[in-house]
Amino acid sequence: MRNSIESLGAASQTLVLELGRIAGFGTRIVGALLRPPYRLRRLVYEIYDVGVLSLPIICASAVVVGAVLGLQLHIVLANFGAEASLGQVVGLTLIRELGPVLTGLLVTGRAGSAMAAEIGVMNATEQLDGMKTLAMDPIDYVVGPKALAMLLAVPLLGCLFITFAIGGAWGVAVELRGMDSGVFLSGLETNVVFETDVLGSLLKDVVFAAIIALVATYRGFTSGRSAADVGRATTSTVVTASIWILLADFVVTAIWGF
Amino acid sequence: MQSTPLRDFIVGLFVLAGLSAVGYLAIQLGGASYGGETGMELVANFTEIGGLSERSPVTISGVRIGQVKRIELSADLDALVVFDVDPGIELPIDTSAAIRSAGLLGDQFVALEPGAEDELLKSGDALSFTENALNIEKLVGSLVHGADLGGE
Repeated sequence: MRNSIESLGAASQTLVLELGRIAGFGTRIVGALLRPPYRLRRLVYEIYDVGVLSLPIICASAVVVGAVLGLQLHIVLANFGAEASLGQVVGLTLIRELGPVLTGLLVTGRAGSAMAAEIGVMNATEQLDGMKTLAMDPIDYVVGPKALAMLLAVPLLGCLFITFAIGGAWGVAVELRGMDSGVFLSGLETNVVFETDVLGSLLKDVVFAAIIALVATYRGFTSGRSAADVGRATTSTVVTASIWILLADFVVTAIWGF
Repeated sequence: MQSTPLRDFIVGLFVLAGLSAVGYLAIQLGGASYGGETGMELVANFTEIGGLSERSPVTISGVRIGQVKRIELSADLDALVVFDVDPGIELPIDTSAAIRSAGLLGDQFVALEPGAEDELLKSGDALSFTENALNIEKLVGSLVHGADLGGE
């Protein structure tokens, strides 16, 4: 009895300590980003890595997700003779929820894992230590640009996801199910509001990007030095970031109050 | 980490594509949805507007000519609907406005019915003839209590 309470206490302490370390790591990244020199070359390279290389998976998934959504909802709405609402339903679902969340999860899997593995291997092969001996701060040179690139690329990817998904839904609704294109688009345009829907979507993108950047760089930076440790850091990045994204999605939705 | 002009170019393209997606969502979907000319502001009083909302379409004979700009409550507790239409369209002063819906569950919109007078409406004018949104609950209610139908 006493033992189990003790282990619960120990686990809570570890959790709080870990959260504190992550927060401390985050402030170090922000500090490094605000201090000159601003590493623009590194930033462009990392945006290429995170953003451009994620484009194929984001666009392909988006078109398919949009197409499935359009098909499913068109079938259901047709039962009620409410096909005219398809544009509205698809648009709001994608902009408010599916766009940001799926983009976050896909980027976590595609770029977050790679980021953790890269930093983890640099740590394991003592490249980060090497930088320190040259009086270079690895957070300034390696971690900062990666985190900032994530923060800049994810909102862009999120909006591209939504645009492509709307395209997919439009294709299925109009070309396959014979819906009128104007009805679909006007339902979309009349019911999407910039101040709540689009800004809320961008806010979610930024929050999710911060989560991915923080978790991926922290896990990589603090990973052990064996091959198995790097693998664990990568897995843990994907698991932790995915769960945090889903939790944050609920919190942002509740606070933003669409 | 070699910096190549090609990679810079691709990153630039990516940022442009991303920003245009943001722009599409913000302006085309989120912003003003009626793309045509606006400028003539008309006001109409309704006692029931149903599901009409800001940016709902305004049409004549089913053709979109503007959109609802704002909806307010007037001093005598009626709904005051202000809408913006194409100033190039000549509307007689006895034009009437009705709130209709596209299909049973579709979105609601303002349908204008041009009148026959020679004098034309100017920006800021109020429409004198309006027809309220059809309230399905009321309609079904009056059918159920058949006595109310055509009783007066």
